[in-house]
Amino acid sequence: MWIIKYLEKIIENPAEMKKAKKGCLYFGIALVVADMIIHIPQLHLVHIYFLWDWIPGFSALYGFISTYLIIIVSKSIGHAWLMKPEDYYD
Amino acid sequence: MIDLWIHPGFLFILAAAALPFVKPTWKVAIKLGVPVLGFFVLVLVSHGIHGVLPLLGQQEMIFGRVDKLSLIFGYMVAIGTFIGMVFSLHVKEDKEHMAALVYAGSAMGTVFAGDLLTVFLFWEIMAFSSALLVFYAPGQQAREAGMRYLYIHILGGLLLLGGIFLYVGETGGIAFNALPQAGLGPMLILAGFLLNAAVPPLSAWLPDAYPESTITGIVFMNAFTTKTAVYVLLRGFAGTEILVPLGVFMVLYGLGYAVLEVDIRRLLAYHIISQVGYMVAAVGMGSEMAVNGAASHAFANILFKGLLMMGMSSVMLMTGFRKLTELGGLYKIMPWTFMFYMVGGIAISGFPLFAGFVSKSMVISAASELHRPWVAMLLTLASSGTFLSTGLKLPYYVFFWKDWDPNKVKHKVTDPPKNMLWGMGLAAFACTFVGVFPGPLYNALPFENAYHPYTWSHVIGAYQILLLTAVVFFMLLKKLDPEESISVDTDWTYRRGIAGFLWFIRKPVVRYENFITEVYKKGLIEPVKKLSQIGWTVDTWVFDGLVNASGWATLLESKVSEMFDVHIVDGTVNGVPVLLGGSAKRLRKIQTGSIQNYIMAMVVGVVVLGFVSLVLFG
Repeated sequence: MWIIKYLEKIIENPAEMKKAKKGCLYFGIALVVADMIIHIPQLHLVHIYFLWDWIPGFSALYGFISTYLIIIVSKSIGHAWLMKPEDYYD
Repeated sequence: MIDLWIHPGFLFILAAAALPFVKPTWKVAIKLGVPVLGFFVLVLVSHGIHGVLPLLGQQEMIFGRVDKLSLIFGYMVAIGTFIGMVFSLHVKEDKEHMAALVYAGSAMGTVFAGDLLTVFLFWEIMAFSSALLVFYAPGQQAREAGMRYLYIHILGGLLLLGGIFLYVGETGGIAFNALPQAGLGPMLILAGFLLNAAVPPLSAWLPDAYPESTITGIVFMNAFTTKTAVYVLLRGFAGTEILVPLGVFMVLYGLGYAVLEVDIRRLLAYHIISQVGYMVAAVGMGSEMAVNGAASHAFANILFKGLLMMGMSSVMLMTGFRKLTELGGLYKIMPWTFMFYMVGGIAISGFPLFAGFVSKSMVISAASELHRPWVAMLLTLASSGTFLSTGLKLPYYVFFWKDWDPNKVKHKVTDPPKNMLWGMGLAAFACTFVGVFPGPLYNALPFENAYHPYTWSHVIGAYQILLLTAVVFFMLLKKLDPEESISVDTDWTYRRGIAGFLWFIRKPVVRYENFITEVYKKGLIEPVKKLSQIGWTVDTWVFDGLVNASGWATLLESKVSEMFDVHIVDGTVNGVPVLLGGSAKRLRKIQTGSIQNYIMAMVVGVVVLGFVSLVLFG
């Protein structure tokens, strides 16, 4: 399968990895630009429910904050309280 | 449209009963044919009330309430069963398929039940037949988890039954429609429903038992219990405000635990809780769009959650490992499993063109339309968490991370048997189909649906969130490395709580008992012994003389009776044991001695009895 081959190439070759990362970066920039375009009020492409729906690129920011919070909060609650050795119930 | 009503659940349970008596080729035909048949029955049946069984007095048990809401869940059960059957076709023993068919049949029964007693009847069958799928897994751990699962569901059934009695006592009717949102009866019913929907703190049974079930059983477990619970909540408690915060909390609870989890199937089990949270919150919001969202998300979940479970079950079957710390580097040797799993991971995360996008966004949009910013925000945050755990973390540590060491296991690790790949492939196809062509699903939803998932802002917003989630994942990768641990959940109360109770029994209670025993010994037993010694002396000298004399007389009498016995009675008696011995040998074969088989036989028996009476008197 070409996807498997491609993944193998990325993982084993740092230069390819760099290319893939760059691709993701360009994709991200394209997304934010596209978001700015659809936020032009005259186009009527965005339905405004809440205040933050006015902000282009808000989803990107929110996705970043969400993931960061999920990892940090879950892990700290886990370490402080929930995680126990595997033979805890034996 | 036809008016002939064949209960699809009846078909499933009949198939379960027939399975052990037919040839292997027929077995395959039954396993695959029955869900298809059930599906077509649902396509053809007309809306309305079918299968009414009058009870004593004025009440009626309704086995076939068919409308759009029950139909969409009926389709889910049929599709879920079909995919699960394809996936488990290689399993040679019948018992697992029988349990799965009874389980699916009772899920159908719950979905089409028009009254509370019928709901309760199938609710219980569902609990017992699904518990079998845990019991059939090898090992002590599975048996213990299965017992806990069964106890909790019996408790849930009792809550439900108590609630039904109180409610019926108050209102005088057993019909199952929208229930009042106050009063002890309806609240107990709600509690019973919430237990099956795995709403915390009544949720710990799910991540406790599901990962312990058999390799293929988990695909069925994943599909039925929580989804039928969502159905009954939609039917009875749509618009109940408390469900909104509960649902949102559930979403966060599940994904928080998933971040900590190291067992691959338990991680996914926590994500079931998270996903069902979307549905519970939508039930609570109760608007037309929210109800549609709950139903479509339940439908989509059967596809992609089943797919994820199938993927991880395949990994577990082929490698023999189940912890993230023991896995890694499998993408080259299990490429198809990896590809199918990723379709599921992408679909559940809500990538455009996959099932999760068209269903989850409907729930979030419903929250936006009702102007509930917190609900919309937190459910959106949870989409990040879903992608993080099921689409990035789990596949990264299972399929990449480090190279697979071929010496770790004796056999060669490859993709699983063909039928398992077909099961995954089917689910992957369905996930994509629903995502690209949501029309058929939307038409089947309970309310008229004018929702358009593919708007510019939805698609661009979704990609932004997903991309940044991936960025943060790779940034914080070190923090996410799996740690060998278990996380305490509310099952602590009955696992360690019981241990505390046992300590109480062992230490203070036993000490108290020892004290009492000592008192008895000193005050009662010792004096009595002394007394009896005196009695013994009297006995040997006075009474024995008398007794010996009567002994001789008895001996003589017995000689006479023996002669009578040998010659006359024995001839008759000897015939009887020979007869008994033969039938006992035959009966012994029925007794296998394992409790699962008895439960199974009882469940099948009760159900068949119920249906026979329905056919005869209905």
